[in-house]
Amino acid sequence: MSALLEVEDLEVSFGGRTAAVRGASFKVERGQTHCIVGESGCGKSVTALAIMNLLAKGGKRTAKRIALGGQDLQPLSDREMSKIRGNKMAMIFQEPMTSLNPAYTVGSQMSEVMRRHKGSTRTQALDRAVELMTRVGITAPDLRLGQFPHQLSGGLRQRVMIAMALMCDPELLVADEPTTALDVTVQAQILRLLAGIQREMGLAILLITHDLGVVARIADQVSVMYAGEVVERAPAAELFSVPQHPYTRGLLNCVPIPGKVRRDQPLGSIPGVVPTIQPGFTGCAFRSRCSYAEASCASSITRRKATQTHDYLCRLAPGELGNSDLAERQPA
Amino acid sequence: MSNPVVVLPAAAARIGTLGFAAGVIIVSVIAAAAIFGNALISHDPFVQDLGKRLVPPFWMEGNRPEHLLGTDQLGRDYLARLVYGARISLMIGILTVITSGLIGTTLGVIGGYFGGRVDDCVLFAITCRLSIPVVLVALAVVGLMGSSLTLVVLTLGLLLWDRFAVVARSTTMQVRSLDYVSAAWCAGASTFHVLTREILPNIASHLAVVGTLEMALAILLEAALSFLGLGVPPPLPSWGLMIAEGKDYMFFSAWVIMIPGAALFTLILGINLVGDGLRNLLGTEKSR
Repeated sequence: MSALLEVEDLEVSFGGRTAAVRGASFKVERGQTHCIVGESGCGKSVTALAIMNLLAKGGKRTAKRIALGGQDLQPLSDREMSKIRGNKMAMIFQEPMTSLNPAYTVGSQMSEVMRRHKGSTRTQALDRAVELMTRVGITAPDLRLGQFPHQLSGGLRQRVMIAMALMCDPELLVADEPTTALDVTVQAQILRLLAGIQREMGLAILLITHDLGVVARIADQVSVMYAGEVVERAPAAELFSVPQHPYTRGLLNCVPIPGKVRRDQPLGSIPGVVPTIQPGFTGCAFRSRCSYAEASCASSITRRKATQTHDYLCRLAPGELGNSDLAERQPA
Repeated sequence: MSNPVVVLPAAAARIGTLGFAAGVIIVSVIAAAAIFGNALISHDPFVQDLGKRLVPPFWMEGNRPEHLLGTDQLGRDYLARLVYGARISLMIGILTVITSGLIGTTLGVIGGYFGGRVDDCVLFAITCRLSIPVVLVALAVVGLMGSSLTLVVLTLGLLLWDRFAVVARSTTMQVRSLDYVSAAWCAGASTFHVLTREILPNIASHLAVVGTLEMALAILLEAALSFLGLGVPPPLPSWGLMIAEGKDYMFFSAWVIMIPGAALFTLILGINLVGDGLRNLLGTEKSR
């Protein structure tokens, strides 16, 4: 069976001036977690919004293929698309504080989704809401149904958001930095919850994050994005053990590991910021910040394969980057 | 030791809620009078008794116990007319706010939400509206079509929507980019649903504040038009008309214009206090 979500050569530009996503391709398998990692401004969230077809005004998407469960999403009208959103694919957001409507109770917001898509009655929808709220670890769900968002804590709201996203039994859950706004203990709980729900419901998750710690905990597959391109794709374990792209290496070096990173040793960092890419840009976008850059990086780069499931976008041959400095944690 | 930083806002808040309470009491007393008043008063506001013209109110010499606030120049009971006038004033205020609120909110939400060309059109409409002098247009309309209650309401309703549009537009712009609106899209909501169920309830508090202020404005404008003889037609006892009818007698019987004037002042004060209180309660505009 083909992958649940297939994205091939996704391009997003805003006003024809900034190319936010340039030829991103990845697949999300059923029942797996696919993480998109990268620093701020590299096109992660835009990719997610483009898949949902919810780009802000002026955003334009083109792609060879965007398909959910074999169904091509590109020719769909807005009306057909809104039947899929919330039903087959749901999304949770970064800010639980603002992603619930303050004017309605939790219960009415949750039941709304199901009444819209499944045509359920209010009672059925509320029953389902209670069931899911229990599942996501909310105590006293009956009480919570009648409460307004401002009466809930951040962690609780994110749980409500997750429960709400699950109301119609979606096949794909797109989570845009779901734990960034939460404190670390709640973050861990939410991740554990997502992993548990995924196992139970056979849900595929497209998780967008900049936190490699999150990736290490939950990901099956990882796509590393930089300046609108997927620079490296690999199974999570492989990405962490043998990263091939200098950018991935740089990201991994930024993460402190207790016991391995010495107290007096500075953490790795990548100098500079993500450049704004104009349409018509060629070559490696990372070359301005890469210590391995040379003249040939300015011409177009071909995608190399390290293994069958692991490819990356760099002139360096597999293994050329070397693994020694990763083990010793020295800045690349 | 007391902490002045804490005491000051508390005191201010108490004055704020006191004002709100006072406003609510004033408005509800006047509303109750408007609704039930004429049932309780035995006099008919339209019946003339030329034998009892300009009877002074109860606190002056020569008053009659059956006319608590005296009578006007045609011998009609002043209290009955005042209470009936409250009905007219409130009705005009409410109907005008509903008409203008509908127009202004629709335009503002649509402009603020869709932006771009649509917003340009809405802004142009608002600018056009602001360049029209309300009183002059009202005068012209009444001059052409004659004066009636419906006409006053329609004229004012079609002219006073600009503030609703401005406020609805700017608050919609703030709300539309919030995550819960995106979340509604992600849950498959339609544009109509997003506009009416996600955005409208969250800008309603701002609109309520505008509504009270606009209502006060409409009542004052109606009084002004009636004073000029272009508002509600006599013998309907509008407060503005009562002032107009009494102005010939103001040097000898000042209370003829003082009583409706005071009533108008109290009602406008009450409505504005309610509006201010709402603004504080809903926290829509912390600093003025």
